[in-house]
Amino acid sequence: MNLAVKDIRHNLGRFALTSFGIGMLLMMVMGMVGIYRGMIEDATLLIDNLGADIWVVQNNTRGPFAEVSRVPRNLLDRVAVIPGITNAREFIYHMIQRERDGKPLRIGVVGLSWPLDKGEWLPLIAGRSLSQAHYEMVADQTLGIPLGEKLRLGKETFSIVGITKGMISSGGDGLAFFTVKDAQLIQFDTPGEAVRLERASRLERGAKADIGLSQPSLLERALGPSSSIPALGPPMISAVIATLHSSFEPSTVVSVLSGWRDVSVYTADEQRQLMLKGMVEMARKQIGLFTALLTFISAIIMALILYTLTLEKVHEIALLKLIGAPNRVILSMILQQAIFLAMAGYGIAYLAGRKVFPNFPRRVILLNSDLITLALIVLGISIASSILGIYKAVSVNPNEALAG
Amino acid sequence: MSDKEIAVETQGLTKIYGKGNTEVIAMLDVNLTVRRGEVVALLGPSGSGKSTLLTAVGLINPPTKGKVMINGILVLDGPDVFLNLTTFRRNHIGFVFQKSNLIPFLSARENVQVALELNGLTGRTARKKAMSLLDYLGMSDRGDNFPAMLSGGQQQRVAVARALANRPSLILADEPTAALDSVRGRQVMELFSKVAHEQNGAVIVVTHDHRALDVFDLIYEMEDGKIRKKED
Repeated sequence: MNLAVKDIRHNLGRFALTSFGIGMLLMMVMGMVGIYRGMIEDATLLIDNLGADIWVVQNNTRGPFAEVSRVPRNLLDRVAVIPGITNAREFIYHMIQRERDGKPLRIGVVGLSWPLDKGEWLPLIAGRSLSQAHYEMVADQTLGIPLGEKLRLGKETFSIVGITKGMISSGGDGLAFFTVKDAQLIQFDTPGEAVRLERASRLERGAKADIGLSQPSLLERALGPSSSIPALGPPMISAVIATLHSSFEPSTVVSVLSGWRDVSVYTADEQRQLMLKGMVEMARKQIGLFTALLTFISAIIMALILYTLTLEKVHEIALLKLIGAPNRVILSMILQQAIFLAMAGYGIAYLAGRKVFPNFPRRVILLNSDLITLALIVLGISIASSILGIYKAVSVNPNEALAG
Repeated sequence: MSDKEIAVETQGLTKIYGKGNTEVIAMLDVNLTVRRGEVVALLGPSGSGKSTLLTAVGLINPPTKGKVMINGILVLDGPDVFLNLTTFRRNHIGFVFQKSNLIPFLSARENVQVALELNGLTGRTARKKAMSLLDYLGMSDRGDNFPAMLSGGQQQRVAVARALANRPSLILADEPTAALDSVRGRQVMELFSKVAHEQNGAVIVVTHDHRALDVFDLIYEMEDGKIRKKED
């Protein structure tokens, strides 16, 4: 006869309620671990999915995700001709915040190197990838913009042609994918008044300078768009990303590019580490400590619950001892109840978590390895927590059964 | 009569609580012999040492001095223990208390079955034997009821069934009729008499209830920790 099961069966309501309480606590622990995993996944998602072997960014920066990086667009042509590089692409990444339906809308803008990269690699759940050089965007579902809707960004209106799933920035905001030129339009959008003022200023500076006086035709150009003035470069990009031929070691190409004074070069793995150590490290520590604290609190609460449950059974324990139950029978009852409680709590935490976590603003990723580790920790906690109850049970005198 | 027929024997049993100024003599030089098949009543006012004697004989509360022999085996000599008391208690002694003291989360049958299983019987055999014991005490139809669903008298019957489970040579009952009306109280006392005579066990009953003393073979009285046989 399993006394632990009999006791639970008889007090099923209380057991269920206690398990639910423990389950909620464990769900929080599970959620914290899941948020940490989600944070790592989000931080490295774009780096992993872009499939670039080499990242060429502004000199002495850790860009483009960890900090702002600006490199000229013609860097692409310089990188493309390095031996071992099969293709080089422009890359733009920046955050914008707009308002939509009265609520702030934060978007991680990613510029793809059209026509080389149309975003075919994106995990689409609806629509398609980019099919024209301008005015199309692919948005992540977390942004909440439906397929086919038009969104005005800067002076242009973009059609949402595709919806992705799980494409999140390291800050937890949804990503939107554009061609590089459109991403630049959004990034360097300047109001008409500012353009007119800049042109007037340009004209005034030219009129005072010798070159303006000797070559009046240049002054005419000052009134045109910036891109038509040879001395002014086109808008900058965030980075150049390159894919290597399989027979080339990344270190070989990196050593060549490292000789260039105007850029910094990272392999995909280094870029990944920059993200994890720079942006995620602090959050990792914070979440780690919070998880440890929650686990510790769960252990204390479980110990108190098990101790209270044992206290409630002191009379029955004394009675069992009186009729000749050896200590192992009583210890086994308490230990089994602790394990059943932990198992039920863990099960509730898992099932509730699966329902609740998808509604969290940030991604919560439950890895099997984490779930197994947590299950073992919970099992350990339940055993350790029952020690207090077991100590009490062992010290119960059969005499107490006579107390009536 | 041979020694084998003696179910329990105490020699010079003394229990002293505390030391010095706080010393209390709960039981003093108690000599008691109860044979198999005898039903013995232990009378006395509160604090006279009845329960102390019962717990000493029940191997729950060892005496300060004196010997306890059960079935001719020396089990306690003062605080010295000669056997594994838990095992010995399980095999040789059955208990019935003032309140039924059934385990609330077990059904009537399971309350009896648990005592059998603790003594090594397997599930099915224990279950069968538990039902036959309940049947013997007229409780077979309430086997699946939990203690809270039984009346006081029915609970005491189940407690007696549990006490009988391992065919003990000695049953100790502490105020078993205190919570029962006179009719049911008498029924329980008669049950002890039936058990003692049919099962050839000794029964010691601590009681304040003088209405059913006729069922007992021997009556002892305790006062100030001392015991004396009550003559008719």
